[in-house]
Amino acid sequence: MTSGQHTFRVLRFDPADDETPTYQTYAVEVSPGMTVLEALLRIQAEQDGTLAFRYACRGAVCGSCAMMINGREELACRTQVREASRQGRTVYSGAAREGVEEPANDAQTTTVEPLRNLRVIKDLVVDMEPFFDKLGVVEPWLQPEQSHPSRERRVGPEAWAEAEPYTNCILCACCHSVCPVAEEEPGYLGPAALAQHYRFLADVRDQADEHRLALVDGAEGVNACDFVWNCVHICPRGVPPTKGIAKTRARITRERRQDGRQ
Amino acid sequence: MTDTLRQDVLIIGGGLAGLRAAVTAHDAGADVAVLSKVYPIRSHSGAAQGGVNAALGNHPEGRDDSWQRHAFDTIKGSDYLADQPRAEILARDAPERVLEMEHWGTYFSRFPDGRIAQRPFGGAGFPRTCYAADRTGHQMLHTLYQQCLKREVRFYNEWLLTRVAVHEGRAEGAVALHVPSGEVRGFRADAVLVAGGGHGRIYAKSTNSYVNVGSATAAVFRAGVPLEDMEFVQFHPTTLYGTNILITEGVRGEGGFLLNAEGDRFMARYAPDAMELAPRDIVARAIQTEIREGRGFADGYVALDVRHLGEPKIKERLPGIRQIAVDFAGVDPVEKPIPVQPAQHYSMGGLACDENGGTGVAGLFVVGECSCISVHGANRLGGNSLLETLVFGRRAGERSAQAASSGRAVGVEARLVQSVEEQEQEIEALKERSSGERQIALRREMQRTMNEHVGIFRDEAGLRTAVDRLAELQDRYETVVLDHRGRGFNYDLVDVLELGGMLELAQVTALGALERSECRGSHWRIDHPGRDDQRWLRHTIVSYGEAGRPAARYKDVIITDYSPQEREY
Repeated sequence: MTSGQHTFRVLRFDPADDETPTYQTYAVEVSPGMTVLEALLRIQAEQDGTLAFRYACRGAVCGSCAMMINGREELACRTQVREASRQGRTVYSGAAREGVEEPANDAQTTTVEPLRNLRVIKDLVVDMEPFFDKLGVVEPWLQPEQSHPSRERRVGPEAWAEAEPYTNCILCACCHSVCPVAEEEPGYLGPAALAQHYRFLADVRDQADEHRLALVDGAEGVNACDFVWNCVHICPRGVPPTKGIAKTRARITRERRQDGRQ
Repeated sequence: MTDTLRQDVLIIGGGLAGLRAAVTAHDAGADVAVLSKVYPIRSHSGAAQGGVNAALGNHPEGRDDSWQRHAFDTIKGSDYLADQPRAEILARDAPERVLEMEHWGTYFSRFPDGRIAQRPFGGAGFPRTCYAADRTGHQMLHTLYQQCLKREVRFYNEWLLTRVAVHEGRAEGAVALHVPSGEVRGFRADAVLVAGGGHGRIYAKSTNSYVNVGSATAAVFRAGVPLEDMEFVQFHPTTLYGTNILITEGVRGEGGFLLNAEGDRFMARYAPDAMELAPRDIVARAIQTEIREGRGFADGYVALDVRHLGEPKIKERLPGIRQIAVDFAGVDPVEKPIPVQPAQHYSMGGLACDENGGTGVAGLFVVGECSCISVHGANRLGGNSLLETLVFGRRAGERSAQAASSGRAVGVEARLVQSVEEQEQEIEALKERSSGERQIALRREMQRTMNEHVGIFRDEAGLRTAVDRLAELQDRYETVVLDHRGRGFNYDLVDVLELGGMLELAQVTALGALERSECRGSHWRIDHPGRDDQRWLRHTIVSYGEAGRPAARYKDVIITDYSPQEREY
């Protein structure tokens, strides 16, 4: 795609005024390399000040601007309009929620919708509170034996590598949106919280394993995961929640077996 | 009108400085709340990449490092504008503060023996920058957020500070706009601690998050706290061509080369000893000079080459940079050099305060990039800003908790109610305005003006143009109209309110730069070559003078053990 007019079809919804969401289209002059976030900012500043979406860093590190772009969870700031349209997806989010006709797609149109599995507050803004509440359940803070030794605790290369991928989570909620279990079971802790759980379980400095395993051993914890791997594929930071969940489950099974033998 | 929300200590800003202060204030027994315009983990601290300085001596070449060497490097790097006792506090407390972060869980990179890894950084005599790959800010921000969750610190997310409530020289709370609902509320507090971050978005080209507009800084400035050394603006040498996303100094610390279009490793001509690891002001000027003199690549950039480091090292030490280059420039640094150019990065200046973040207003504290505690002077060394948030965040947190237990004023409630009403009226008046222009044209013109005339190279004519144009924009601002007049998620309103503060900060920056007729650190006047200690070894202090215009006065630099020398690298 070179410079030229591009159509953005944005799902709009204001619970104060609307019964159902509707698509609104905007034409934007796009240049090579332009991102979906830049396009949305231009729409907001130049065409329609009522459009609501979250953003901050524009460098794919803060996790604010996760949304559905052509039916796929993306960070709007790192998604180029060109790439999004080249993908030419026809599968929609189903966020084309109740009763909204799913529009056809083409290379000159980009469809933008809010994340799934979280309540829409306005337009592309979803309610993040339940997401953060779930994070709190796994007690995402280091629980060491000794709180302040005189120097750093030593961490060897292998131990370091085990937890490191999980520390890169930016809590954008893309994984929560793409998870079919989260869709069916609103109580499910979800891939983001469980990945953070594993981050501490795998951290050799943390000494609360037994307590941590108990935190996620219920029906809404690791046992609910169906191993669909959507979260691993969608994560913009390369965090593999399903792997962490599998390892946590293996740990729980092992501990049970040991308890049985005792 | 709903009730005022009460707490002992109200912290504005959920980045590293604010959260570090929250932890200490909480542990000192205060009831603490953090008010932030974004969810705390969205704060710009999370974008910091390269590391945090502490003379731990973990690096094989850093055995002889000491906090005194760190203090000296910081002061020399500041071009002797730093207040020396404060730079000493920064360096002396560094090891303890960094180790404390490790104890709280920060996932630092490690040497093979398991200790915290350290890398060389610009302007530092030893490799003393501790890092977590190239995501140090992210790792630290999440650690402090986790520590706040553990302590059940209260968060007010997506609230925009609009006013700091001050009565008879004492802070008593704040007024803020709840962005999701449009509600304006009063927050009563015995101590208010502002950690609102930087304001880089007053420039067109900046590494900063879009939300770094200095709205909290402007609110404190309006409440009567002067701004110090605002003309000292750090331009980071290496930002990604196109988007100006930060490409960490750690890339050069790991051995990356800067090359011009002729393939020449040009730093040899500017800093023959330190080469690519000269301080940022020097490297930024070198790159800009190459570009200006026609030795850059066509559109105004140079090349940052790491190919010789090899793929394994790039993957291990610089995974985030590789991803940024691929995602935002379509360049894999393993195969091709990264196109880079300088852009605004950090504000050395900010709200004037003492060594504990205290201001002239009792109970009002400032810390982090929005403050000028004066450890960076005219040029900040890489790795010292994350450190500043830890060292001074803790100190300010402690002092704010003490201030909170020192008595309560009478009549606060009624005054806050009135402040809220005034704020609501101001917003209503804005919404009723029917003809005029939208904010975006003004914002873009301000950003262009700052880039063109208050950039890396400055002169009197350009600075006068900037001062005049910004005053003109200030006048036009009085007639800006809204496109969105509703309440919930009115980002149009947020943008307009914030632009007012940005214009104020831009004017103070341009004014300070116009007055200061010398070259020092990041402030480079082509019409006044050389540093002039006789006249300008002083801090610029700007406050609102008579006629409501900002006016500058000057204050001596605190010099103790290190007498100013020529800066050579």
